Amino acid sequence: MSTATAASTPVRAKRRSSAYYRLQRRLRRAMLGVLILLVLAYTLFPYYWAIVSSTKQGAELYTTVFLPALNFTYYRQLFNNSVFMGSLVNSVFVATATTMLSLSLGIITAYALGRMEFPHKRLMLMAILMISIFPQIAVLSGMFELINTLGLYNRPSALVVTYLLSTVPFTTWILTTFIREFPRELEEAALIDGCSHFRILTRILLPLMGPSLASTGILAFILCWHEFLFALTFMLTDENKTVPVAIGLIGGTTRYEYPFGQIMAASVTVTLPLIIVVLIFQRRIVAGLTAGAVKG
Amino acid sequence: MASIALSSVTKAYGTHKVIRGVDLEIANGEFVVFVGPSGCGKSTLLRIVAGLVPASGGQVLIDGEDVTDVPASKRGVAFVFQSYALYPHMSVERNIGFALETLRIGKEAIRSKVDTVARMLKVDHLLARRPRELSGGQRQRVAIGRALVREPEIFLFDEPLSNLDSDLRMEMRIEIARLHETLKTTMVYVTHDQAEAMTLADRIVVLNQGSIEQVGTPLELYQAPANRFVAGFIGSPRMNFGTVPVGTETGAFVLPAGLVADAAASGDRQPVSIGVRPEALSIVAADAGRMSGILERVEDLGHEHFAYIRLSDESIWVVRVAGRPPTERRNQPVGLSFADADIFVFDAEGKRIEHRAAGPTPVTDAGEGRLVHER
Amino acid sequence: MSAKLARREHRTAWLFLAPLVLVMLMVAVWPLGRTFFFSFTDAYLDDPTVYGMVGFANFIEVIEDPTWWNAVRNTLTFAFISVAIETLLGLGIALLLNEAIPGRGLLRAAILVPWAIPVVVATKIWEWMLNDQFGVFNRILISLGVIDHGIAWTASSSLIMGVVIFVDVWMTTPFMVLLILAGLQTIPGEMMEAAEVDGIPAWKRFWSITLPLLKPAIGVAVLFRALDAIRMFDLAYVLAASNQNVMTVSIYAHDRLVSFQELGVGSAASTWVFLLVALVAIILIGALRLDRSAGN
Repeated sequence: MSTATAASTPVRAKRRSSAYYRLQRRLRRAMLGVLILLVLAYTLFPYYWAIVSSTKQGAELYTTVFLPALNFTYYRQLFNNSVFMGSLVNSVFVATATTMLSLSLGIITAYALGRMEFPHKRLMLMAILMISIFPQIAVLSGMFELINTLGLYNRPSALVVTYLLSTVPFTTWILTTFIREFPRELEEAALIDGCSHFRILTRILLPLMGPSLASTGILAFILCWHEFLFALTFMLTDENKTVPVAIGLIGGTTRYEYPFGQIMAASVTVTLPLIIVVLIFQRRIVAGLTAGAVKG
Repeated sequence: MASIALSSVTKAYGTHKVIRGVDLEIANGEFVVFVGPSGCGKSTLLRIVAGLVPASGGQVLIDGEDVTDVPASKRGVAFVFQSYALYPHMSVERNIGFALETLRIGKEAIRSKVDTVARMLKVDHLLARRPRELSGGQRQRVAIGRALVREPEIFLFDEPLSNLDSDLRMEMRIEIARLHETLKTTMVYVTHDQAEAMTLADRIVVLNQGSIEQVGTPLELYQAPANRFVAGFIGSPRMNFGTVPVGTETGAFVLPAGLVADAAASGDRQPVSIGVRPEALSIVAADAGRMSGILERVEDLGHEHFAYIRLSDESIWVVRVAGRPPTERRNQPVGLSFADADIFVFDAEGKRIEHRAAGPTPVTDAGEGRLVHER
Repeated sequence: MSAKLARREHRTAWLFLAPLVLVMLMVAVWPLGRTFFFSFTDAYLDDPTVYGMVGFANFIEVIEDPTWWNAVRNTLTFAFISVAIETLLGLGIALLLNEAIPGRGLLRAAILVPWAIPVVVATKIWEWMLNDQFGVFNRILISLGVIDHGIAWTASSSLIMGVVIFVDVWMTTPFMVLLILAGLQTIPGEMMEAAEVDGIPAWKRFWSITLPLLKPAIGVAVLFRALDAIRMFDLAYVLAASNQNVMTVSIYAHDRLVSFQELGVGSAASTWVFLLVALVAIILIGALRLDRSAGN
């Protein structure tokens, strides 16, 4: 039994002086601190620069001054531009309507997927996941025909229909993982009390799922807000476009007159509210984003 | 092998002080157990020794060498975790031998060391398995094996048995005691289980709110607790306490005159409360005891019985009755009798006052292992 | 559960799933089916009702088009390099965020900013920053003495793919970071401490413990990102429209379909894109599965 200690080389790590390790630790901390600053600059500087540029005017725009000039002319122009404001309204309408629809569809489906037993459940889950990785381009022709048939071509509501393709599987998937995290006992108690599944969903789960619904909703909203391909293809006239397309198609008469100041102002306008919401709901959004992936 | 010394070690998270200045010397080859209520800082203190948690102040010395700033990986200590912390993607063999891989001693040498350790801990038939294919007890053995194979100078255990059921815990307790006898390595062990503390320790360190209450051998702590906290913490069921005079009006107990005269005279400390261990009390007729109360209920454990007696001040004292159950009827007045030698006297700050009746072995049959109590 | 009870539960479950199934039939299955169908026709977008069946002619036309193969090469190059960089960078930043150091909370919030910005906006911001004459990027490089005159990053045919990858890395690394960080946080702290106490050097801790345990999380993240990168459309389209150097398969299909109005050929190209994505998905999922079963 004592052989482990006998007849063997000592297994002792070589130790240096305390001062050495103290220095080593400080250097490490300093290095990590510098790295954090670098990554912070990398992630934040472009957006900061967009804000700075959007408040500069004329020749100022072409200087490398890192402080905003706080000249809001571009913003004033933007808010007086009825076409841009129209596309802002379109985006808000499309994103809100799609989010509401997908949340309602998602929660009902998620309840069945997360809580009920039925044959081919796995198959169903796989199908939903499959649809969410569809390349949008693959349905473009069929979708074109569909919205023509529905008489929705060049109408923002057409986008609500097409966006369901990606938002519904996405919200369903996330809400399913959220629902599975809730303790089952609560519903079992209700089942014993004779509640129907529908009642359990509306009276017990829904009130508890506020935060989950909020974060899923924000994610779906962002998905719609960012969408480009469908919006580009299905909206013909300027007044029906959404903001990504509107910004994407801003151009100048020549390459040197490219209106970067206006573009930056528009960019900041359509992202700032979103970024603020995202930062406020930071934790829940990260939970939503990772919930589907890590456990799926 | 190595000794450990802590001098005025503190740890604070922001303004929250977890360790408030601990001084402690652990001799070479000693088995020291940290006990205390949850949140007393015992695990934190162990992690400071290991280097996993940096101390906010003070010094940690190993073999007289200041290692306060030395990272855990260079301290030459081994740590056994409560969660076992086995690597889930490695076989038992690799789990045990993993630390040796960095030493460049060759595959054969590693294998033979792992084999020796595995045989010693009776896990040699499990070497090819993954941790999740093992039972709790087997995982614990592998975790100990991983520590053992490095032949460290110091073993640190952080509640290693608390995830096991009580039979296994007893078995592993004996195993660890045997290990210490064989290796004679310095071991520091954190537990909330009194039985582990009492049976394993050369010395016990009782911690409370980040400070050491008392350091001593198990018997010292039991027989001569430094204060009310230690008196209440060591021993199970816990010591009965009462303010002097205990009880009121009828059946009140007043300290015998002259019992604490010396101490009180020397230290100007007034006795404020007393304590008597349940095993030092016996039930007698209502008018025959030194104090009296109502017998409220009796718990029968077979070989021993706990009687709960409500005193006139509504406090409840527990009496341990060995052998046959008490014959007194419930809800009837009974008397309590005990020897002067069994009375622990405390001052206003809770410090114990020595008194003249307290002998070298004041408690009768203390060595029976009665205080061994599985929670 | 009795058979009767089970059957009733199944019926309720399908009732809950019905809305989703209907919506998915409408916006996913039907359009996809129609895209497949149009692939075999010579229809044009202006009047899809007039068509003749042409068999596999459209598919052959696409794969005989060198532009298509150029797009395939671009797409695969883009997907491979950008996902590789994102994975490494994401892993690095996630490890940094997993350290207990000041500034970590700030960085964790900041990392969400690039993610919350629409692709179009991010592209415009970088286009502005990389502008050859007035871009801040060139200005900084010039003032540092690295170059003596501005580089036309987005106009040069040899650099533009690099720019597309660079912008994509900036936008999507946050997603990688979040997924990998979530994976890191599932590794028990005591296990890393055990390795530390045992004197395992940091690189070996990372290589032998962190990385193997992180593999599933990284695998899922890579899968998501790779499928996303292969169907990439908006970034390259906004930055360079139909520039041959960064034309992706999605842009190729979109061009055929919308710009040239070739519903038949466009659909065939879309179908090829679908098959390409499916192929990559199968390969990656297969690799993940193999890895998982080997790990067990």
